[in-house]
Amino acid sequence: MSNHSEHVVSPKLYAVILGALLLGTYLTVQAAKIDLGRWNIVLALTIATIKMSLVILFFMHGKYSSRRTQLVIISGFFWLAIMLGLTLTDYTARKPEPSRSANPHALTIHRA
Amino acid sequence: MHRTGELYGQYKTLEQQKETATLGMWIFLVTEILFFGGLFLTYTINRHQFPTAFGVGGNMLSLPLGFANTVVLIASSFTMAMSVWSAQTSKKTLVPLFLIATLVLGTVFLGVKVVEYKQKFDHHIVPGRNFDVTYCAKNPASVCGLTEKDHQDEIKEVREGVEAEGGEIALNAHAQLYFSLYFGMTGLHALHMIVGAGLLLWLILESRKGRFDANYNTPVENIGLYWHFVDIVWIFLFPLLYLINRHLA
Amino acid sequence: MSATPNSNGGEQKLPSENYLNATYGIRSWLLTTDHKRIALLYLASVTFFFFVGGIFATLIRIHLLTPAGYLVTPETYNKLFTMHGVAMIFFFLIPSIPAVLGNFLIPIMVGAKDLAFPKINLLSWYIYLIGGSFVLYSFATGGLDTGWTFYTPLSSIYSNSAVTPAVIGIFINGFSSILTGLNFLVTVHTMRAPGMTWFRLPLFVWAHYATSLITLLLAGLERMFHFGFFNPAYGGDPILFQHLFWFYSHPAVYIMILPAMGVVSEIIPTFVRKPIFGYSFIAASSIGIAVIGFIVWAHHMFLTGEATYAAIAFSFLSYLVAIPSAVKVFNWTSTLYKGSISWDTPMLYALGFIGLFTIGGLTGLFLACLGLDIHLHDTYFVIAHFHYIMVGGAVMGYVGGLHFWWPKITGRLYPEYLARAAAIILFVGFNLTFFPQFILGGLGMPRRYHNYPPEFQVLNVMSTAGASILAIGYLLPMIYLTWSMRYGKIAGPNPWPATGLEWKTASPPLTENFHETPIVDWEPYDFVHRPDLGLTGSKPKVPGKLSPAHGDD
Repeated sequence: MSNHSEHVVSPKLYAVILGALLLGTYLTVQAAKIDLGRWNIVLALTIATIKMSLVILFFMHGKYSSRRTQLVIISGFFWLAIMLGLTLTDYTARKPEPSRSANPHALTIHRA
Repeated sequence: MHRTGELYGQYKTLEQQKETATLGMWIFLVTEILFFGGLFLTYTINRHQFPTAFGVGGNMLSLPLGFANTVVLIASSFTMAMSVWSAQTSKKTLVPLFLIATLVLGTVFLGVKVVEYKQKFDHHIVPGRNFDVTYCAKNPASVCGLTEKDHQDEIKEVREGVEAEGGEIALNAHAQLYFSLYFGMTGLHALHMIVGAGLLLWLILESRKGRFDANYNTPVENIGLYWHFVDIVWIFLFPLLYLINRHLA
Repeated sequence: MSATPNSNGGEQKLPSENYLNATYGIRSWLLTTDHKRIALLYLASVTFFFFVGGIFATLIRIHLLTPAGYLVTPETYNKLFTMHGVAMIFFFLIPSIPAVLGNFLIPIMVGAKDLAFPKINLLSWYIYLIGGSFVLYSFATGGLDTGWTFYTPLSSIYSNSAVTPAVIGIFINGFSSILTGLNFLVTVHTMRAPGMTWFRLPLFVWAHYATSLITLLLAGLERMFHFGFFNPAYGGDPILFQHLFWFYSHPAVYIMILPAMGVVSEIIPTFVRKPIFGYSFIAASSIGIAVIGFIVWAHHMFLTGEATYAAIAFSFLSYLVAIPSAVKVFNWTSTLYKGSISWDTPMLYALGFIGLFTIGGLTGLFLACLGLDIHLHDTYFVIAHFHYIMVGGAVMGYVGGLHFWWPKITGRLYPEYLARAAAIILFVGFNLTFFPQFILGGLGMPRRYHNYPPEFQVLNVMSTAGASILAIGYLLPMIYLTWSMRYGKIAGPNPWPATGLEWKTASPPLTENFHETPIVDWEPYDFVHRPDLGLTGSKPKVPGKLSPAHGDD
């Protein structure tokens, strides 16, 4: 008796995903050696997110899981997004700190 | 410990039992997302404030070793997925083989990390009393195994950034922040890998008894989920820690 | 086994075999995996910590009888309020309803034999004890003076008190919450008996679903507690600690209140003899509170210098979270309309909850207003606000729930008139303790100060006087509930009567809860179509309205 909810993924597909992940790793290293300014981090995180999605969907069988499981996965990211996003509303909206180099001996208070 | 494939206690069907266990593992992983998430938040905020210091710190990590470790871990995820497949298709002899491969790869990863950590200890970039991010710059290139080219602090862009972030004295403090995060995040990750290795060991022993097949492979699947999660954390750690301002090198 | 004549003149006995006497000996309790026994283990431990926290509260109130404070030194005073908070929040409030009532009732309410992971359930109790031991060790070896909020850099660098063991203990305790929450979530999702579709589940279960969600996610975060990136000397930011701390701790306060709301949602229909008004809205609002509760945390940080833009966003979201709470209050109150109300003890607690929670919640809106919070932050207004919710709300829900399900848990009834008197004493004592604190806060008395200006003395004395009455209100149930375990009247399976699945089992239940898997074919709170409830009275004058119950046979 095999659980009808269990979907068996073929080794071929696993191998394809493996290849994609390794390619992504290689690309991200090469991209880091080029100066793209602030787009470096965007590119790096995009590649990482794609790699993560492949792992979740295929290695972790996310694509073949029940709605309930998929809801749980999404809610995890939802909460992560809240934590990062809302906290950053504080940090990014603060006024910039006074520069130390103006007076190197000044005691700057690290405040918002 | 209940016997293989047997309904136990309060479950009505095997399917219900398996779904329950898998749901439990996914929920646990969601808590882990938030756990690591706090560290990623701290990283984000600090890097936003001190980009140059983070760049200096990041360039002190060994890119070849980091890249190798990433490849090793991705491969271990593959072998883990293959062991689940072996169990699902009742190829009972393959199950322990793939698990062993996973464990070996995981151990290689940890071994490389030990090498890296030791290197940092030697170069005085472990946070604490002896922390000095300029140690390598102040000593002959041979001490840290660097070439002249690797001296980050001499690059003009870096000099300007350092000035903007508070000067040389502040650089040491901010770089210490970076390395605290480095050790904190990779250390926590390594701790999870060690736990994972322990779980794999148990799984290998059990699978050699032929316990896992198409009827019952829940532990393989669930420990696999855990292992993949730890892999995903590294997929993010690698670019965030190792690939900052590499174009300056 | 004593027997009691029931209203029909026959003899009532405790069921000859039940979970309490199924096995004997201390090992059978300490190594049990029966969710009902684990619930009682938790009952004992949370009560212990309630005492610990209560002792600290007593010392605080005595100290504040005089403006200069004569009881303890300022440093010791700091330790008193810190340890009061730590003991109460982490070791009493957060676990109480889920670990005691939830553990006992959830499997029975969904028609299962036990929770999804019974051994993990036991493990969570032991983890709780280990965490508690670390904290008690911290209390015993110098105490803790950072406030339960552990703000940095006081806690991370400057405090000389036993911070580390306390933080370790709380961290460990977080795992206990995660495991309990995980257990509940999975049980509710996968182990409902056939026919128990989602909307037939008692609301208590819904409340726990929402609570468990929060508990899990947040206890995970709690582990962030002691990673030290909050030192300005390294470019770190103490405010980051506050963000991380409150990201966890604010939803934690919803962990404390949602289960209590679930209890109220069970009690009110029972003693009004009609279905709850707006079932799906109450269920949805539990989830709503859980979700919105996650995105309001920085309202604790309005005065830290956080960016105004962020403050505006968090203020707005904090107003938003009042909406689902208000929905619940409206629905509970509407349930009373044209109902057949009886004033049994659990009902007194539930009604008290509604009033006191409303006051607490509304005063939260005062604090959510940026302009007002500038003056009210860190004053006794805040203290009064959260005690109205935590004590007037959560604790009353807990005590009310204990009374409501006591017959089910022990098979016996407590002395009804004494219990009603205790409820009233508690209500009066509570208001006398905390209402003056709203006024004190408005007048500007700061919190966490060991002394105060002399003009505030009268209100402080009132508050302390109230606290002594409140203490009696708590001691009485501890005494008579314990007494009733041996000498109380036999309750029978359904003394109120109530409609939930748990009232179909024996009191106390069998170890495996049901002889056979029950099939549910009735709507929740359906008093009309349940002839088995034995409600007397002639044909109801109003459809759906039935005669009052006997609560005091």
